[in-house]
Amino acid sequence: MFQKLKQHRFLFEELVKRDFKKKYKRTILGMGWSILSPLLQLAVMTLVFTQFFGRNTPHYIIYIFCGNLVFSFFSDATKGGMGTIMGNAGIFTKVNVPKYLFLLSRNVQALINFGLILIVFFAFVAADGLPFTWKFFCLIYPIVGLILFNVGLGMILSALFVFFRDIQYLYDVFTMLLMYMSAIFYNIDGYPQMTQNLFLLNPIYLFICYFREIVIESTVPSGWFHLLMAGWVVSVLGLGCWMYKKYNTRFLYYV
Amino acid sequence: MSILEVHDVSIRYMTGDFKQIGLKEYVMRRLTRNYHVVEFWADRHISFSLEKGEMLGIIGTNGAGKSTLLKVVSGIMEPTRGWVKRQGNIAALLELGSGFDGDLTVRENTYLRGAMLGYTRKFMDETYKQIIDFAELKEFEDRPFKQLSSGMKSRLAFSIASLVRPDILILDEVLSVGDGAFRKKSETKMREIITGGATTILVSHSIQQVREMCSKILWLHKGNQVTFGDDVEGICDQYQAMLDGKLKLDANGKIVG
Repeated sequence: MFQKLKQHRFLFEELVKRDFKKKYKRTILGMGWSILSPLLQLAVMTLVFTQFFGRNTPHYIIYIFCGNLVFSFFSDATKGGMGTIMGNAGIFTKVNVPKYLFLLSRNVQALINFGLILIVFFAFVAADGLPFTWKFFCLIYPIVGLILFNVGLGMILSALFVFFRDIQYLYDVFTMLLMYMSAIFYNIDGYPQMTQNLFLLNPIYLFICYFREIVIESTVPSGWFHLLMAGWVVSVLGLGCWMYKKYNTRFLYYV
Repeated sequence: MSILEVHDVSIRYMTGDFKQIGLKEYVMRRLTRNYHVVEFWADRHISFSLEKGEMLGIIGTNGAGKSTLLKVVSGIMEPTRGWVKRQGNIAALLELGSGFDGDLTVRENTYLRGAMLGYTRKFMDETYKQIIDFAELKEFEDRPFKQLSSGMKSRLAFSIASLVRPDILILDEVLSVGDGAFRKKSETKMREIITGGATTILVSHSIQQVREMCSKILWLHKGNQVTFGDDVEGICDQYQAMLDGKLKLDANGKIVG
């Protein structure tokens, strides 16, 4: 795979460039929106929810920001990734290129966005007076995990999208549901232990939780917490790769 | 040692209900056993081989399986049965005009297309000016691609593609594009590439062109191989006779009477 990636490097770079240019076409602020829109979201959420949940959650702004940071990367990468096979049908039906290039290029774009917001996030953390410790390096684990998770889910979605266009509407509903289930703006400490455990089945919640533990509480999550995350990433990525391999030659018939 | 060998290739093509229907409809049809996928053989038992520098013309009426065969030869599709062996790199120029992005500028599209054809960035930097000059699009460089006329689009497509130096070149009806003056220019350029030593496969509806240029002929009819050989004139005469209605082919592509 890496051999192929090297061989198609120029194409890959051009695809990344294309995705970028198309995204910010006819916007005055251009990339500024990547930073501005999550900040606006954060402002709205803080404004609305501080009354309800803010009082008993310390560092509430950072608490929400962790949630938003992870969730917006996740939803940007996967929603954008869904259309990548369909959208590039004009290319792969004419030239023999690996189809994951399109998905990866879209993911690179989402990753750059995420990187920008991450910088703003750290600025907020500093402004809030939270200490930067060596434990911050542990954040590499959930970040890499999330990247792979996004790619895996993007593979599954983009393959399904070729067969059933309904997926986009179903997925919209699903992500909305997932957002409310990820404890982005509320705290689950008040729930019974049983309910709290149910949250651990949500991979996005795990990623958010990891960020919060490191940044706000300055503790490294337990070993099994790491394993649980790895389990999600491996199974989703595995399923995605399997689908791409299985349907690789069949996409052609559906576009 | 052949540079390209196609051995007993059969390709099953799928078409039918699945293309336009959504999830609900799919489940409904599955439940009512009303779900139909039509599978047909777009190509059956095609075999041929080419040596270095040879030029193959593929002829046949619409729906003969020419384009599908080219997709398999270029590796975009996998053959259902049989195998294809290629020596060296391959460039397929299929339906040149499509696959551009209307929102990107001419320059960006040029680079993207170059990348698709497997050029390197260095190569594109060096030849970019040459491409634009050849396509006569100097003053349109930074315009969005969708603002170009269709003639300009195909001119650009041709100019980029004409730089390929592959071992195997596949041409699907792209020998000449554009208006009078450009047509001449593009034909000359194409001949240059072909005479440059590449093994070439040409699909053309112009028998004249095939007679002039090709050293081997593959005749397909409804997915069957009617004949393959180097008797260019003879096969073309027969094909012409069939087009004129003087010669009939049966369902398996055998010549009857």
